[in-house]
Parts: sequence; structure tokens; C-alpha cells
Amino acid sequence: MPDFSWMAWTWQTALFFSVIGALLLVMTVLAVLFPETERVGILRIPTTRGDRLFISLLGAAFINLAWLGLMGPDPVWALGLSLAYAAAVFRYV
Amino acid sequence: MKVVNNRAWFLVLPVFAIVAFSAILPIMTVVNYSVQDTFGNNQFFWNGVGWFQDLLDPSKELGGRFFDALWRNLLFSAIILAIEVPLGIAVALAMPREGWKVAACLVLMALPLLIPWNVVGTIWQIFARGDIGLLGWTVNRLGIDFNYTGHTLDAWITIIVMDVWHWTSLVALLCYAGLKSIPDAYYQAARIDGASRWAVFRTIQLPKMRRVLLIAVLLRFMDSFMIYTEPFVLTGGGPGNATTFVSIDLVKLALGQFDLGKAAAMSIVYNLIILVVCWIFYTVMTNADADRERVEA
Repeated sequence: MPDFSWMAWTWQTALFFSVIGALLLVMTVLAVLFPETERVGILRIPTTRGDRLFISLLGAAFINLAWLGLMGPDPVWALGLSLAYAAAVFRYV
Repeated sequence: MKVVNNRAWFLVLPVFAIVAFSAILPIMTVVNYSVQDTFGNNQFFWNGVGWFQDLLDPSKELGGRFFDALWRNLLFSAIILAIEVPLGIAVALAMPREGWKVAACLVLMALPLLIPWNVVGTIWQIFARGDIGLLGWTVNRLGIDFNYTGHTLDAWITIIVMDVWHWTSLVALLCYAGLKSIPDAYYQAARIDGASRWAVFRTIQLPKMRRVLLIAVLLRFMDSFMIYTEPFVLTGGGPGNATTFVSIDLVKLALGQFDLGKAAAMSIVYNLIILVVCWIFYTVMTNADADRERVEA
């Protein structure tokens, strides 16, 4: 095993990308088992489940940044808000 | 409802491995740096969301320069769009529709698009100089005190004129393609109705150019929002910080000051903004294709 300490990885970064990686993996498996169908929601554009995941993740990034900038470093609320946003995206977009 | 079989995506796994090494791992590194601080010597210290907090707070040094650069960048994008889009439409409308002049026009229009950014920057850097540049010399001889290295307004004018010179052709060519796709029957009908030139433009040409205009606006916005080379060569971000756009500031922060944590946080936020615009662009493009297929089917 080569020495990767010079890259200064932290477990927090690993956790962050593990969650995203796991999400992608789950969505891929789901897409194979249950092929994705496009549908048109409130944005008036056809989206698949993968598109909705992308919109959710991108929106979550902005929600977290906005919360940090306006309210301060309290990730619980921002994460909760992101989850609610993601649920809304998967339901209505 | 259309069922999409995505299994063919597994064939791109080898490409994924290469992209992981050249793009995904570096992005992960940036995220990793953004939550740490370093004093050099490759020693890193955990800083949590501290850099992001500084970045999003305009009263802090980091946030102040980020928002300044961001507003500057948005103002720049707004100005060049406000000039290039109407100008591009006007040029497209004035271009010939048939004969050898079409080819001549297209080649002439495409020329500035083929010149690399740093060369464009160099051309204008010399062209606008008061001592050896034709433009700068002429303007100064007309009695106007023009000095793009010293005056903020002059620097902005030079950069904007340079961008308009470089990229209006793109808007014009896109609009021209949109105009060419309008069947002659529309114009004949308009002539029979005795429509004025303005009415033809308003009710036939502009609606038919809507898609290409949207593409042109998004393309120009993204490009101008990410602009680096031309202002870097022309003004280096000066005078002072007057033309320091986000990308220039980012390079100063990352490579000039070697503040990897701050620069990583800034580049993530910068990237997220661009990602949103890219997504809109992609959505518009793919839906335009889908619309065309529907029409043709």
C-alpha cells in the first residue's frame, strides 16, 4: 500500500463522497432493476430519477451554503431542509 | 411514456477510471483542501466549514474579495450580453442570404473566433496602448486621456470592446443559422399582408431565433463568467483590483498566496454556480433536440 498521507485526506471528506458514491450506486442498481421513465413535472422538463437526484444534490449544496452564510454553521437544519427539498424534487419535479 | 434502458452505460467504465484519475480525484482533493488549512510544508489542519463561512461573509477579507469579484464578473457578463446579443442579431440580419458573399461573410465572421484567447489579449494589450498602440494613440491624439493600465473605466472599456470584438461573431453566426431556417413562405405571407420590416422582425424572425438566442445567451454567459486569459493578459486584473474577475482572483489566491483552503472553498462555490448554468444550458439543448424530433416525426 503506497503512502497517501501527503494527500492529507480527512475522514469527513471520505464520508461526504462515500454518501454521494453510495447514492449513485443505489440509483444505478435501481435503474438496472427498474428502468427509469421520464416524466414532466412542475419544471415542465422531462426528468428521470437520475435527473431528480442531480437537481436534489445541486440544490442541497446551495441550501447548505445559504444556511451557512445567513444563519451560521448549524448543519442539522440545513441538512433537514435539503432532505425536504430532495423529497419535494422527487415528488413534484 | 418511454422506458429507457441504460445498461449500455456500463461500457463506459474504462473511461470512468481515467476520468476518476484526472477529474474526480482532483475534485475530491479540492473538497478535502476546502475544510483544512495549511501553513506550507504539506502540513494540514482541520478547519471545518470555516473557509466557507469566511467566503460567504462579505465583511470578512475573503468574503469581501469574493463578492467583489463575483459582482464585477456578473456586471461584465451583463454588459457584454447587452451589447453582443443585439449587435449579433443586427449583424445576422444584415448578412447576405445567397451568392459568394455568404461564404466571404462567414469566413470573415469566423476569423476572430479562431484566435486563441491569449493572442486576443495580446493583440488588444498592444492595440490599446497609448504609446505604441494604434487605438490608444489615436484616442489620445483626439484629446481623450485614455490609459487602460491606470484608469478603471478605460480598463473596463478595453476589456468589453475586446470581448465584443472576439465573440459577437458567435452570436451573429448562431442567429444567422436561425434566420436561414425560416422558410420563404413566411416572408411571402408577410409581403402579401403588407407587413413592415419591423413587424416581420418582431413576429417572424425573432420568434424563430428564440432557441438559438437562448443558446447564444447561455454560451456567452458561461464563457464570460469563466473568463480568465484575456483580462489576465490585458490588465492582469488591474488597475488595482478593478478588473479582477473570479477566476483571476482564484488563481491569485491559490497560486499567488498559496492559500489552498480558501482557494478550494472559493472554487467550489464558483464551480457550483457554473454547474447550475451548465445544467440549464444542457436542459435547454436536449429539450430543443427533443422538440425538433417531435416536429420532424
